[in-house]
Amino acid sequence: MTLVSLFFYLFSGIMIASAVMVVSSRNPVHSVLFLILAFVNAAGLFLLLGAEFLAMILVVVYVGAVAVLFLFVVMMLDVDFSELRQGFLQYLPLGALIAGIFFVELALVVGTWQLAPDALAMRKAAAAVPVEAMNARALGRVLYTEYVYFFQAAGLVLLVAMIGAIVLTLRERTGVKRQDVAAQNARTKAAAMTIVSVPPGQGVTNAGVKRADAAGQDFVGQGS
Amino acid sequence: MVDITPTNPRKRPSLAPLALIGLGLLVLVAAAYAAFWVLRFLIVETTWFVPLLLVVLKSLALMVGLLIFIAFILLADRKIWAAVQLRRGPNVVGPLGLLQSFADFLKFVLKEPVIPSGSDRFLFLLAPVLTCVLALAAWAVVPVNAGWAVADINVGVLYIFAISSLGVYGIIIGGWASNSKYPFLGALRSAAQMVSYEVSIGFVIITVLMIVGSLNLTDIVLAQEKAGIAHMLGIPWFTMLNWFFIPLFPMFVIFFISALAETNRPPFDLPEAESELVAGFMSEYSSTPYLLFMLGEYVAIMTMCALTTILFLGGWTPPLSLPPFTWVPGVIWFIVKVSAVFFMFAMVKAMVPRYRYDQLMRLGWKVFLPLSLAAVVIVAGALQITGWYR
Repeated sequence: MTLVSLFFYLFSGIMIASAVMVVSSRNPVHSVLFLILAFVNAAGLFLLLGAEFLAMILVVVYVGAVAVLFLFVVMMLDVDFSELRQGFLQYLPLGALIAGIFFVELALVVGTWQLAPDALAMRKAAAAVPVEAMNARALGRVLYTEYVYFFQAAGLVLLVAMIGAIVLTLRERTGVKRQDVAAQNARTKAAAMTIVSVPPGQGVTNAGVKRADAAGQDFVGQGS
Repeated sequence: MVDITPTNPRKRPSLAPLALIGLGLLVLVAAAYAAFWVLRFLIVETTWFVPLLLVVLKSLALMVGLLIFIAFILLADRKIWAAVQLRRGPNVVGPLGLLQSFADFLKFVLKEPVIPSGSDRFLFLLAPVLTCVLALAAWAVVPVNAGWAVADINVGVLYIFAISSLGVYGIIIGGWASNSKYPFLGALRSAAQMVSYEVSIGFVIITVLMIVGSLNLTDIVLAQEKAGIAHMLGIPWFTMLNWFFIPLFPMFVIFFISALAETNRPPFDLPEAESELVAGFMSEYSSTPYLLFMLGEYVAIMTMCALTTILFLGGWTPPLSLPPFTWVPGVIWFIVKVSAVFFMFAMVKAMVPRYRYDQLMRLGWKVFLPLSLAAVVIVAGALQITGWYR
């Protein structure tokens, strides 16, 4: 038993345990936190496989960004989750049936898996990437050079989805006071202030000064 | 009446203590003997024990050094802040107040940790530990000198980026587990802030990576030693001109400001904002958990200073490759540069007023994100057309 296999069993054990806890824990926030633990351990498994770049990207993207959003949403939901779990036993047989079918299918696929005798040689022939290239470089070559059009197409799909979400939820509210930094920076001394000499004993309004308030409308004081 | 109470047996001289001491000694000798043989077996017979031991020792050395450095950086922070405001700063504990941080440490540790009764106890205590451990974990890949990184991995920059993006969990969990409105709102604000500025930090890092062509931190430092403006001008001893802060100056500025926001330093210290929000997500924390939050924050600041040094200021390389400078060991140069970057952090804290929350978001998403995105395109185009740094 080497150190690597020790870590393999450690990561896989924690990952499976936390995956079970995601489903079974009572508090949804705990569920999300266990999901994050599962992600981190999956990254550890990637590391053991030598896919260091994938491991780091998994942590950055899933743990650092996606799971934070999960956590945000779940924390801010004001839902009584124990109520939602009322039907747990009711739906258990159906869920178990589907899980069983999946398991049988997986077992059939994996159980009948056979390697062709010359599979190793063929694998080498199919590899589009030089073996000595670094992880990140090899991935980049495959993604951005060999399959760049598929990559761009996937990017366009995501862009359309993003624009769609914004279009569906954007509403222009009127009457909201908003700061326009460019306009503020563009303001000059001449545009912003006037200098008048006010005779003593009289208000500024009597001297003919009109003050502009924040909304930009002319404001005339009570004196006029 | 005849006294029939039995004589106290304890009055008699007993051999029990002697026997106990003898037995204890025997067990001790046996244990030492067993430990010796186990150690001997592990060192001689296994291949993994000695490397593991070395890694543990290296990590320990780095961590102790880092924590002591941070104790004085904390003091320096307060002293600089005080000097700008014409105050003296901490000057009571030890000569010139040098031991102030250690006194603060003792004060925090000896106080009673208060845990709110409605809180999620486990998560409440997990959050500060998570913050501190994650911040320290980032230092595993930082090369403080040529070959002095605990783990010199290929994806060092990504590792630091990943770890610093995990730092947000300490804040969210802490705010939620407190089971109080104000820490929760504070946690949401700071989490949104940290997530926003990570994006522009990522793009800035990408511009550096495109020039270097490697994700390894040691390679990034070496790339600034071996090629660059100084070599183009024909004065290769002027190493300072090679450092990336000259060709990538706008990126350097964006990275510095984003690092301030990412580590919740003023002027972006909205998570804490001690004068306005009463410590945001940390409101319910006291004693050692609070200390761990603060320590994690300062370790994260040091990580950002170190990352700035490595990415833009040439890491451990001296500013001029001439004898008086090259005699100084690289680790000293590294510490000097990190301290210089931290001095900028401290001066910003002393001089710049705090941003409003919408201004902070605007700066991150509407100014830095487009700028750094454009910079990635420009740098990539320039590298492709001119063929520099090949």
